[in-house]
Amino acid sequence: MDIIICVKRIPMTQEVDLEIDDSGKDIKKDALAYVVNDWDNYAIEESVILKEKLGGTVTVITVGDEDDEDVLRRALAMGADKAIRIEPGELELDGFLISNILAQVIKGLEYDLVLTGVQADDDNFGMVGIMLAEKLGLAHSAVVTGFEAEGSEATINVELEGGLDEVSKIKLPALLSIQTGINEPRYVSIMGIRKAGKKELNVVKVEDIGLSDEELVRQTIIEEYFLPPETEGAEMIEGDPSNVAEAILRILKEKGVSV
Amino acid sequence: MGEILVVVEHRQGEVRDITFEMLFKAGELCKEFSHTLTAVVLGGKEEQFIDEVAKRSDNVIYYEDDRLKNFSADLYKEVLNGLIEETRPFITLIGHSSWGMDLAPSLSIKTGYPLATDCVDILIEDGHPKVIRQIYSGKVFSKMSFKESDGYIVTVRPGSFQPPETIEEKNGGVIKKDLPGDLPEMRKKFIEFIDSGAGDVDITQADLLVSVGRGIGEAENVQAMKELAERMGGVLACSRPVVDKNWLPKYYQVGTSGKSVKPKVYLAFGISGAFQHLAGITGAGTVIAINKDKKAPIFRVADYGVVDDLFKVADALKEQLKEG
Repeated sequence: MDIIICVKRIPMTQEVDLEIDDSGKDIKKDALAYVVNDWDNYAIEESVILKEKLGGTVTVITVGDEDDEDVLRRALAMGADKAIRIEPGELELDGFLISNILAQVIKGLEYDLVLTGVQADDDNFGMVGIMLAEKLGLAHSAVVTGFEAEGSEATINVELEGGLDEVSKIKLPALLSIQTGINEPRYVSIMGIRKAGKKELNVVKVEDIGLSDEELVRQTIIEEYFLPPETEGAEMIEGDPSNVAEAILRILKEKGVSV
Repeated sequence: MGEILVVVEHRQGEVRDITFEMLFKAGELCKEFSHTLTAVVLGGKEEQFIDEVAKRSDNVIYYEDDRLKNFSADLYKEVLNGLIEETRPFITLIGHSSWGMDLAPSLSIKTGYPLATDCVDILIEDGHPKVIRQIYSGKVFSKMSFKESDGYIVTVRPGSFQPPETIEEKNGGVIKKDLPGDLPEMRKKFIEFIDSGAGDVDITQADLLVSVGRGIGEAENVQAMKELAERMGGVLACSRPVVDKNWLPKYYQVGTSGKSVKPKVYLAFGISGAFQHLAGITGAGTVIAINKDKKAPIFRVADYGVVDDLFKVADALKEQLKEG
């Protein structure tokens, strides 16, 4: 089974104070560490598991600059066979435009399955995968938590709300957006990444893929970023852990919880 | 004067809450800007919830066909594309749910209408829709506008709008429509629903939940927190990352894709507070959050907050309970 997987490198923002930059339309990113988007990591693992089981190739693609090659090399170290980086230059991207660019490149490739993460942890759109599916004319499903191929079909699990899953059959080729928890992504060592350096990594420029200027226009425009409005928020309990524990036990008692 | 179209989400014969939330917001916008509120139902024969929808809409368009009983992106996309081509609604609202995430992006490409996903508010400024979104796990908000178009598609984050208990009833007329004759092949076929949330622990009935998140760091720490929960007379629960890592089974999970809970006290250890998690604790009496990150979104909804190492607090609690 030949699989294409689309990934994104994102800044890590947990346990970090974020600030808005001078443009008012982005956050200050200089001091942030970057990682592969968590959802994409599960999608990479899923593609490698399928390759190990069924044979075929895994091609990993990102739209981004040279620094973003980190996540491609990481995917190659996990078991992908080759990587493509599409250099967007100065283009201002949104989910729609990224899906346009990906579709243009992917339509020239051979594949049975295209995987993306459900969404990216930075801007949270959750739209690139399914837009890409529609442009490629593929069957699709979002929020997939299980996949079992059977010839030209696959049985999939889709996570719904409230602890309910939907089981469906889908025709291949298809595009699936992969939910976290579908597998346990393997550990990647520095050594592994170094070794994967020998694998094929091609760079294409967005101006060379054959999209017209009209097709390189985004559909959404950021007007401004702002920090969440101040709310009353939580009453903070100060002091050392034993004071905190005392306070918590007192609150439990007040609220009628017997401990 | 234009139209706001709400795509009704329903499952197993019942309307999902997100539908009422969208109808409420659409109703407000229609009142302010003199638009018409149309709800579109793609459903099986004689769905029982049509009246509920009609009370909240100016018009209901009901595609009544048993092939539409369960969600299908292929069919929904085709039918809605036909409707949108005919009526050109100004804004089409779809829930940012599993199904909505499968439908809206493909419908946007098919219709050519720009899409904004996962929106927590919708504004109309000088005749143009603008949306508010939360990004970077809720730490930053973004205001976004669209490329000029005659129609736009917006998906709405569940829980963003709270309809009042009593509504001003409208009396929307129901227009039944047949499916178009030349339907595409359904490339994805529904087989069954399965409940992934059933297990031997019922977190929905506990008075005290001791809930753990990504902050507990590793699987070995789950047991210690379980002991704390038991010693406190409570029940252990968790957020999504803990289930994703297989540290606890799914039936411990609180949140949109897990369970909604209503304990008297919810003690959140190392849970940052993704909105999907917060949506599951709106029924909790008192929320106490312990987290190292003082900007963690959970502190915005918690009643009490502690910025500290969760293990130190857990140990201190165990210590005090021993003494007591």
